Formats: sequence, C-alpha cells, structure tokens
Amino acid sequence: MSHANAHDLQLDPAGHLKHLLTVEGLGRELLTEVLDQAEGFLGVAQQAVKKVPLCRGKVVANLFFETSTRTRTTFELAAKRLSADVLNLNIAASATTKGETLLDTLRNLEAMQVDMFVVRHAASGAAHFIASQAAPHVSVINAGDGRHAHPTQGMLDMFTIRRHKGAFENLRIAIVGDILHSRVARSQIAALNTLGAGEIRVIGPRTLMPAQVESLGVRVFEDLREGVRDADVVIMLRLQRERMSVALLPSEHEYFQLYGLTEERLSTARPDAIVMHPGPINRGVEMDTQVADGPRSVILEQVSNGIAVRMAVIAMCIGTQNLRGQDAVGDLDD
Amino acid sequence: MDHAAVEAAIASMGVALQALLERRQIAAPLMVGIHTGGVWVAERLHTELALADPLGHLDISYYRDDFSRIGMHPQVRPSHLPVTVENRHIILVDDVLQTGRTIRAALNTLFDYGRPKSVILATLAELDGRHLPIEPNVVGLHARLETGERIKLTGPAPLVLVRGRAPAKTALKTHQVEAAP
Repeated sequence: MSHANAHDLQLDPAGHLKHLLTVEGLGRELLTEVLDQAEGFLGVAQQAVKKVPLCRGKVVANLFFETSTRTRTTFELAAKRLSADVLNLNIAASATTKGETLLDTLRNLEAMQVDMFVVRHAASGAAHFIASQAAPHVSVINAGDGRHAHPTQGMLDMFTIRRHKGAFENLRIAIVGDILHSRVARSQIAALNTLGAGEIRVIGPRTLMPAQVESLGVRVFEDLREGVRDADVVIMLRLQRERMSVALLPSEHEYFQLYGLTEERLSTARPDAIVMHPGPINRGVEMDTQVADGPRSVILEQVSNGIAVRMAVIAMCIGTQNLRGQDAVGDLDD
Repeated sequence: MDHAAVEAAIASMGVALQALLERRQIAAPLMVGIHTGGVWVAERLHTELALADPLGHLDISYYRDDFSRIGMHPQVRPSHLPVTVENRHIILVDDVLQTGRTIRAALNTLFDYGRPKSVILATLAELDGRHLPIEPNVVGLHARLETGERIKLTGPAPLVLVRGRAPAKTALKTHQVEAAP
C-alpha cells in the first residue's frame, strides 16, 4: 500500500485533520495542535461532570478486530467525555473478516448513521483501507494496524514527554525492545522526528530490529547500558510474542538478562529521566517491578493522558466533518 | 474607547457590584472571568472588591453552540476554578454581551463544575442584539453599533475597546487565529 495515499486521505483540502491513520506525513504544526488541544481536554477530568457537549449526537463505533483493553476503554471514555454515543464491536480476529465481509460491516454501520470508526486490526493498512472505502462524512481513527502504526499511542507518548520535558529539541529519547513488531515504536519515531527531537535511539537485539532501521532517523544500540546513557526519556516496548512467527528470542528470562530495565541499569540515564511503557507490562521481562512502580515511571500517567489525546483527535476529526460545505460566521460574543 | 474610559467603566462596575452584593447580603462571592477579555475585566474587579477567594478562569470552547458550524476553536485554555463553585454565589464576568450565546455556554460550563447558589452577570460592554433571554446585572457601558459592526476588548494592558467590521460571509477557519477587528 502506498503511504502517500494515507497522507492525502488524512487531511481535507484545507489541511484539517479528517482521519488519523498514521503520524507519518503530518506536519509539526498539526501534531502540535493535537498536543495543545489535548492540554485543554485534560481539564475536563477536573470537572464534577467529566463531560463536555462537543460531540453530542455523534456516534463513534469502536471496531476492534484484535483484542485490546487499554486502548479500547480509553477511546470509549474519550468519546463519552465528548458526549458522543459509542458502539463497541469486538469482532474476532480471523483471516476471513477482511474483504467483502468487512465492507458489509462498514455499510451496515454507515446505515446506522455512525460518524466515526475507531479501528484496530492485525493487518497493516486495515484502517487505511476502511478510510478509503468509508462514506465521505465518516472519519476513521487507526487504533493500531499490524506492525504499521498506532498514532494515538504515539501522540499520547509525545504529550506525556512534553508535559514532563517541555520542548523536544534537546532531548535524548531511548526506545528499548521489540522494534521490529512495534507499531508503537514506528509512530513514536515518526512523531519524534517531526517534532524535532534531539536524538532518537533504538535499543534491542538485532533479531528484533527492522532491516535498515537507521533509515528511520535513529541511532541503533545493542547494549542497554550504552543506549540509555544520558537519556532524558526511556521508552520500554512490550515483547510481542503473538506477532513472532519464528523463534526470535531464546527465552524471556534471557531477554530480561540483556534488555530488562532495572534501577541499576537505569543509573546511567539522566537523574530526571522518565520511564514509559505503552502497556500491558510484562513484569520481570521488559522491566523490573521496582522500575515500573518507581518514582521515574510515568506509565499510569500515560493512560490518563491517552484519554485527553484521544478526545483531541476525535474532536478535531468530527470538527473537520462539521466544516464540510459550511460557510459559517460565528455569532458568539467574542 | 480609550484606556481611561474603560478603567472608569470598570470602576463604576465595582461600585455597582458592591451595592448589589450588599443588597443581596452576599458576603463572600466567588468571581469567575470568561477567557480572554472577561478574565482581564475580572482581574480589575477582583482587586477592586478585594475578594478573598482567588479568581476563577472559564474557557467555554467545549460548550459553544457553533462547534457543529465552525469546528474546533483553535485556542483552548483549560478552565481553572481554584475553589469549588458548589453552593457559592458566583460573579460571572465577561467583556462584551451581545447575542448572549457566550453566557449560555458559560453557565453550562459552570454547572458542570457544581451547583452554584446564585450567579450574577457583570459585563463591561452591553450591546443590542440578544438571541437569548439573558440580561446582565451590572454593566460598565452601553454601546450602539452600526449593522455589521463589532466591538472587541484588547488587553491585558492597557484595556481598550475597539470597534471594527464583522467579517462578512467569510468562514471562520479553525486554524485561523481570531482576527483583530
């Protein structure tokens, strides 16, 4: 599939966000707008009534062809905090759910006046396919497609980094683990490059690195201690056993011996470094419990931030749909 | 309208508010300004009335009734209400009252933070052209505008009220920073 098509699809002719399929190809201004809007939505959690009426009357369908807890529930909560109605469709993953069956599902949901699809699928490009087939008034958000992209996770990580570290320019960011299978890493790297991060490092065994990984604009380390030295941000990735068709690792125990994050190994990072993980954590595999629950861990904050970032993306896409064919003049007193 | 006239209007609002509070026997009201101009006016009034509780800031972006027409507002600042509004007498402050739609949105925003005991509305400038049955309790000045004219407060210092032409039949883009009049 051509990625150029994904870029064209994502924006309306005026450059507003219509679908969010991948971070790649979106400009710094737009990514910054997502982060700024999320900052506003963070405040909704402080209200007695944790809800704003922006998307009243809109219907968001969560289309999960692959299981998920955190992503699905935070998307659901984000849509509900915007006052949208939410449909959760957990469609069991199977090779036959693509093609005609998938299109039939789409047409049926469109007939129910659904305004947005939030899609997770094991196949790379699934969200893009749905966006290319969906009716013009429907927006699609990619909630993870195969190894390709997980843009809202990437953006919530950027949001968490910005809230702790401010500007990206002088930051050293280390991404540790299974880069090969990680759509999260791909989205993070794309966003960090666009936002102008100082240095992006990837750390992991060669067997879990994509071919020509350097071309993504990263420095590659095989040694964890070397890789996290002087890092401002350490992002641990989940080992994606379910995506490994062949034995790429001797054992989880051995992986932890080499790449598991412990307080001792973290000692070469900057004293104010933060530790992130998209979840779910395999304690004792990717990191020690002391690190996961330690003072530098912002893992639970990432979950709360995820709601605000998803609210921002949903509201921006629905806002763009509202603009279609409009010639409106505001009449509020401002 | 120049800086001195605006400050004089705010001073007169302070006097009128004080009288209203005494009449209603409200001892410790909570003041809340609407972003952005309303906050500037509220800062002055807050000092003028020497209120004990810190000033609240209200952003009404998520409660605007024109989201379905113009999309996301580009500059959202989180609302900040340092003290709970539950069971409090609120003085809601804005810069310009014309259609009343902003105040409708502000009341809805406020009520999602709790149930105030009462709300008093104070606006610096009041114009004709209400779309909703909303009237202020305290007004700094009444202004008359020609058709298509708008009025806007610039600040934070000095505070000046500027007249300008409303953008006629041009779509407000979500990315567009609010045009200066």
